[in-house]
Amino acid sequence: MTLTDTTAVTRRNRRRASSYGMAVARFVVTVVTTFLGLLAVTFFIGRVVPIDPALAIVGDRAPAHVVERVREELGLNLPLYQQFWIYIKQALTGDFGISVLTTNPVMTDIARVFPATIELATIGTIIGALIGVPLGVLAAVKRGSIADQIVRVIGLIGYSVPIFWLGLLALVLFYAKLGWVAYPGRIDIVYEYTFTPATGFFLFDAIWQGQWDVAWDLFRHIILPGGLLGYFSLAYISRMTRSFMLNELQQEYIVAARAKGLSETRIIWFHALRNAAVPLVTVIALSYAGLLEGSVLTETIFSWPGLGLYITNSLQNADMNAVLGGTIVIGAVFVAINILSDLLYRTLDPRTRSR
Amino acid sequence: MSAVQLNEKPYSREWLLSEQPTSRHQARLGRAYVIWRRFSANRLALAGLGIILLLILVAIFADVLAPHNPVQGDLRNARLLPPGTAGYLLGTDDQGRDILSRLIHGSRLTLFVVVLVAIIAAPVGLIIGTVSGYAGGWIDAVLMRITDIFLAFPKLVLALALVAALGPGIENAVLAIAVTSWPPYARIARAETMTFRNSEFISAVKLMGASPFRIILRHVMPLCLSSLIVRVTLDMAGIILTAAGLGFLGLGAQPPLPEWGAMIASGRRFILDQWWVAAMPGAAILIVSLGFNLLGDGLRDALDPKEAGQ
Repeated sequence: MTLTDTTAVTRRNRRRASSYGMAVARFVVTVVTTFLGLLAVTFFIGRVVPIDPALAIVGDRAPAHVVERVREELGLNLPLYQQFWIYIKQALTGDFGISVLTTNPVMTDIARVFPATIELATIGTIIGALIGVPLGVLAAVKRGSIADQIVRVIGLIGYSVPIFWLGLLALVLFYAKLGWVAYPGRIDIVYEYTFTPATGFFLFDAIWQGQWDVAWDLFRHIILPGGLLGYFSLAYISRMTRSFMLNELQQEYIVAARAKGLSETRIIWFHALRNAAVPLVTVIALSYAGLLEGSVLTETIFSWPGLGLYITNSLQNADMNAVLGGTIVIGAVFVAINILSDLLYRTLDPRTRSR
Repeated sequence: MSAVQLNEKPYSREWLLSEQPTSRHQARLGRAYVIWRRFSANRLALAGLGIILLLILVAIFADVLAPHNPVQGDLRNARLLPPGTAGYLLGTDDQGRDILSRLIHGSRLTLFVVVLVAIIAAPVGLIIGTVSGYAGGWIDAVLMRITDIFLAFPKLVLALALVAALGPGIENAVLAIAVTSWPPYARIARAETMTFRNSEFISAVKLMGASPFRIILRHVMPLCLSSLIVRVTLDMAGIILTAAGLGFLGLGAQPPLPEWGAMIASGRRFILDQWWVAAMPGAAILIVSLGFNLLGDGLRDALDPKEAGQ
């Protein structure tokens, strides 16, 4: 290797390294501005709204000097940018204020209820992916057939139905009429005081501890709301799977595999689906994020003690600290999942790595 | 060419499908005809269009169509009657009000929400997207960062927080939904703008001395419209569902307004014995949002044949 060659190589390496550094810098800027934006929006909602936070605490019959003192204590007399700065500092340390309803710090409340929501959304996504992916593959392979039409209709209804209404009807049918599932809630009152979960994920804990009767009870509670959320993610996942698979099945490597004499099953499930799996991971992650949001209405119907129910309960009691804290947490998790799925996509698909 | 024209009577099939339209009018009508033929070949899309036309008609003639007063019920004789009772086709609710009449009047609220959200959110998205795409540079960077921030928010939760702050009510619900729905429109308008920003017809207009304002308004925006209309139609179902969700949580239209989501909420107490009080409005929501989804799918396939069948 001559001297010029090596300098060319180092120069190229340096350029690659700096473009890599640029990408990381851009990524960090994106993440930071998005989170700052989230905080700015919730700050705006919390401060610039018609309700005076000071009046909300002392009531509208309090004498003027009391209101003034509370305003002073809350920092409401400071300029808006200083208030925002304080707000950011507090939010970064997880301080979203005190919930008026429970009198606990909002963050403590959220830490208590969030695992229930995660558990529900996880079950929903597992159901949605396990059923949605095969349905989508089936629809793509038998394009235009009755099966394809049925899958399409299932998806369309999933996009069009109000989730809370379907939940109510499901409760009437499976709980009241058939008695197949347990009543709304997360766990039977019998087990509520005897079962001590180690983490917040009850189903996992019960199985881990080998308490099969508790696990069965938990299952009977989670299956209906979990199945309902599963249906919604199924609608999305099956539709996207179908479109990715149609795209893959047109590629030339499929023709090559057929020419080699591979079985159709092998071509579809091992060759085509493996390539469709890369964008599918993103879709499943996005549907997971969507279920965290979809849980707000579902939890209300099924009295599921998660973040969604916490937010709606706080709403009914004008507990803005709790509502905004919950909004920030859901927003932050939403953003985090988006970023993770993006990173995952880059690791899984070698084409996106080096350009 | 004149020989060709002799065979083409105005407004005939041949005239519409002519490869060499002689006027702007003919070209426009011809294009609309082609799109309509593609659209009407799709039976499901036609069904969706039918549902939406029906919804609009019902909303217009609600006063004539509704057999009973939607707000004032017959508490003494008509409480919680099952569907099929004489005079009450879909039954009555706990205040003796005819559910069918309430659904008919509720269609006005549904249309009100959908149309208003579209009128607010679509132009906002269009302006931000086209300006961002046409200007490029730091304007683009800043506008797209803002768009991404709003896109990062889960829609329903942001709408909930906004309505919680503004106070419940149908106008605030509309405002909250509009605030959460414009970012995708901005993204689409920007992407469309980028594709023809450097094309020759834009350079030609620029050479003639058109201001950026005029270029965006008269030459860029019209070209973004078709993909925007498709996206707005597809979003209508989501808007209806969000509005119904807000209504269900008591944050949308307030009683005694016959908003469908709020009707489900009030029927929730009787769900075990008088299922129809909650079931009927939910079915109405399902049918209407299904209609919008079918219509949107059909429009997308007709306007953008590349995507068709996918």
